Amino acid sequence: MSRQSNRTTDSKKMNSELFTLTYGALVTQLCKDYENDEEVNKQLDKMGYNIGVRLIEDFLARSSIGRCQDFRETADVIAKVAFKMYLGITPSVTNWSPAGDEFSLILESNPLVDFVELPDNHSTLIYSNLLCGILRGALEMVQMAVDVRFVQDTLRGDNVTEIRMKFIKRIEENLPAGDE
Amino acid sequence: MADEALFQFLHYELMQYIYKSADSKETENGRNITKLENMGFRVGQGLIERLTKDTARFKDELDTMKFICKDFWTCVFKKQIDNLRTNHQGIYVLQDNKFRLLSQLSAGKQYLEHAPKYLAFSCGLVRGALSNLGVKSIVTAEVSVMPACKFQVMIQKM
Repeated sequence: MSRQSNRTTDSKKMNSELFTLTYGALVTQLCKDYENDEEVNKQLDKMGYNIGVRLIEDFLARSSIGRCQDFRETADVIAKVAFKMYLGITPSVTNWSPAGDEFSLILESNPLVDFVELPDNHSTLIYSNLLCGILRGALEMVQMAVDVRFVQDTLRGDNVTEIRMKFIKRIEENLPAGDE
Repeated sequence: MADEALFQFLHYELMQYIYKSADSKETENGRNITKLENMGFRVGQGLIERLTKDTARFKDELDTMKFICKDFWTCVFKKQIDNLRTNHQGIYVLQDNKFRLLSQLSAGKQYLEHAPKYLAFSCGLVRGALSNLGVKSIVTAEVSVMPACKFQVMIQKM
């Protein structure tokens, strides 16, 4: 009756919380199932990879972005389009290596860790390691082998969250002989 | 502002993980469902806490259920429940004609045997939400034709 008026909720925000909480439930379960943090990190990366190889299709279909000319362009697309589309944040791209094959994504905020505190006995857990897997998997589907890892994490007391990405090689397309 | 595709992929991975980590024996199946349901329960508890922080107290049980059908469902699944029925004795049936986690799967009877794993987490969500609103319940789901789905909520009298 009179209640309806104050029932306004930001459904986009809620949806993000659904994701954050679900992710939290997953990490909790993994920590229960595995003895050590290394195994959990590995598992999170693997699951991220599985998500990444599917997510790239969704991304390409919705963003209508074509092939990237170089790694710098790739970095821009990841930070300004992909992160924006899926997590609603825009990390900054910095710390380019002189050769231009390595850069850092600096995340001011990380939606995955919204309600998280790491207990002391999980000091080597990389909580958001899923993201690394996603990036690696997605880029592999567009013929780029990339090494992705966290070098700084606010959860572990750093000022910012930093993801380091290193281009390894371009994956050749294996066309059957004589087929164009 | 996580995108909904991300949640769907994550949910799928969650399910895959739970099912892969255990043996594929018949008895394990029930346990897997329970595991998924429990994870949903925890998430539902957290969500409802955030969602109801500015709402007034609910009048009665039916009012609570209406909130679940409208606001909670809209937040989580982007639509309202299509039909709410009750026998006024503690059993509610919530029908969703196009359930979001099934809508990508099939539009008919194909893959029907896989439907329960896609629903366990959501059953937990509802049970967790109700639990934090002071309603103890058992939530089950049934599907006859995808993507339509019926959730049955049985209120446990304290």
